[in-house]
Amino acid sequence: MFNAFLSLLKRDLRLAFRHKSEILNPLFFFVIVVTLFPLGISPEKQTLAEIGPGIIWVAALLASMLSLDSLFRSDFDDGTLEIMLLSEYPLSVMVLAKIIVHWLITGFPIIIFSPLLGTVMFLSPDAIVTLMITLLLGTPILSLIGAIGMALVVALKRGGMLLSLLVLPLYIPVLIFSANAVGSSMAGLSISGQLYFLAAFMIFCLTLAPIATAAALRVSLE
Amino acid sequence: MKSIWKSVMKFIYHFASPKHFYRISGKLIPWFGWLAAMLLIAGSIDGLFFAPVDYQQGDSYRIIFIHVPAAWMSMFVYMVMATAGAIGMIWKIKLADVVASSSAPIGAAFTFLALVTGSIWGKPMWGAWWVWDARLTSELILLFLYLGFMALEAAIEDPRAAARACAILAIVGVINIPIIHYSVEWWNTLHQGATVTKFDKPSIHISMLIPLLLMALGFKLYYVAVVLVRARNKVLYTEQNNSWVKEIVKAGG
Repeated sequence: MFNAFLSLLKRDLRLAFRHKSEILNPLFFFVIVVTLFPLGISPEKQTLAEIGPGIIWVAALLASMLSLDSLFRSDFDDGTLEIMLLSEYPLSVMVLAKIIVHWLITGFPIIIFSPLLGTVMFLSPDAIVTLMITLLLGTPILSLIGAIGMALVVALKRGGMLLSLLVLPLYIPVLIFSANAVGSSMAGLSISGQLYFLAAFMIFCLTLAPIATAAALRVSLE
Repeated sequence: MKSIWKSVMKFIYHFASPKHFYRISGKLIPWFGWLAAMLLIAGSIDGLFFAPVDYQQGDSYRIIFIHVPAAWMSMFVYMVMATAGAIGMIWKIKLADVVASSSAPIGAAFTFLALVTGSIWGKPMWGAWWVWDARLTSELILLFLYLGFMALEAAIEDPRAAARACAILAIVGVINIPIIHYSVEWWNTLHQGATVTKFDKPSIHISMLIPLLLMALGFKLYYVAVVLVRARNKVLYTEQNNSWVKEIVKAGG
C-alpha cells in the first residue's frame, strides 16, 4: 500500500513538473492579488502593515482554491480516477497522495514567496516568521478541505464558481486564526494559542478529509 | 434483540415507502399546520400585547419573539438535513434524501429571517444595520452553507447522485459548524470595537419566556408541516410513473 502511495506521489509530481504553469500560475496569482491592494487602498506604511496579514492570507486562500482544479480534473477526464477506484488499494490513501502533491505544488511555493510579500507589506521580521509558520500549518488545511469540494464538483462541466461557494465558508476558521496570529505577532502578543489551534485543525483535517474526499469521489464517478 | 431490530427496520422501511409516506403525511399535515398556526397566533398576541415592556430596550425588544426562534430553527434544520442525509446514505432510504433536500430552502429561509430581524433589531440597539457581532456573523456563514448545499443540488442532474453529494457536504458542514462558530466568537472578542456595547442580558422573565417558547414550538411545527408538504410534492414527482400515483391523479386528488 505504501508503495502504491509513493508511486502515485512520484507520478503526480512528475506530471506537475512537466506542466510548469500548474506550479507557476497560482504563485503569480498570489503575488498579483497582493499587489493590487496597495494600489487600491493606499501605499502608506501604517495602513498596509495593518491589513497586510489579512490580505496575504486571503490571496493565499484564493490561489489555493483556484488551483484545486488540477487535483482531479485531468485524472477524471482520462479515466485514471476510475482505475484508482477499482484498484485494490483504499481510495482515501490514493487521495491523500494527490492532496500532498497539490500542497507541494501550490502551498509550498506560496510559503517560499511569502517573506517577500510580507516585506513589501511592511510586516515586522517577527510577523514574517509567524506568517510563514501559519502558512505552513494552514495551506495543508486549504488543500485538504478543498479536495472534498473538488471531489464533489469534478463531474460537473462548470464547477468552478460552485466550488468557491462550497469551499470558502469552510476556510473561514483558518483565515481567522492565521491572519490574527500574524497581526498579534506584529503587536508583540503571544501567538501560541492560534498556532495550537491551526495545528490541531490540520491534524483533524488530515485524518478525516481524505475519507470524505474518497466518499465524494465515489459519488461523482458513479 | 436482533429480531426486534429487524422488525423496527422493517417498520421504518414500510413507513418510508413513498406510497405509505404519501398517505400518512397527507393525514398529518393538517394537524401540524393548524397546531402551528394556533401556537404562532397565541405566541404573537402574548408577545406583542401582554409581555411586559423591557426596562432597557422598551418595546423594540419584542422582535425577539421572531428572531430567536428563527435562529434556533436555522441550526436545527441544518442538523435535520445532515442527519437525514446520513440516514439516506447509510441505509439507502430514499425518503431521507427527500427530507434533506426539502429542508434546505426552509432552513435557508429561517436563517435569512434571523439575519434580517437581527439587523432590524440592531438598528435601535447598536445604532447600525449591521454589526460584526459573533452570532450574526456565524449566522451569515450558516446561510452561505445552505446556499452551497442548494447550489450543489441544483448543479447535479441525477437526483440520486445529487442527494448523495449533498449528504456528504451537509455532514462536512455539520462537523465544521462548531469550529466556525467558536472561531468567529473568538475573533469577535479580539476585534470588538467600542461601538458594540453588549447590553447586559438579565435572565429572561417568565412572562417573556412563555410567548418565546410558544413561538419556538410554533416555528418547529410549522417547519414539520412545510417539510412534509414539500417532501410529498417531491415524492409525487419522482414516483410519477408508478401506478399508485396514477390512481391518485385519476381520482383527482
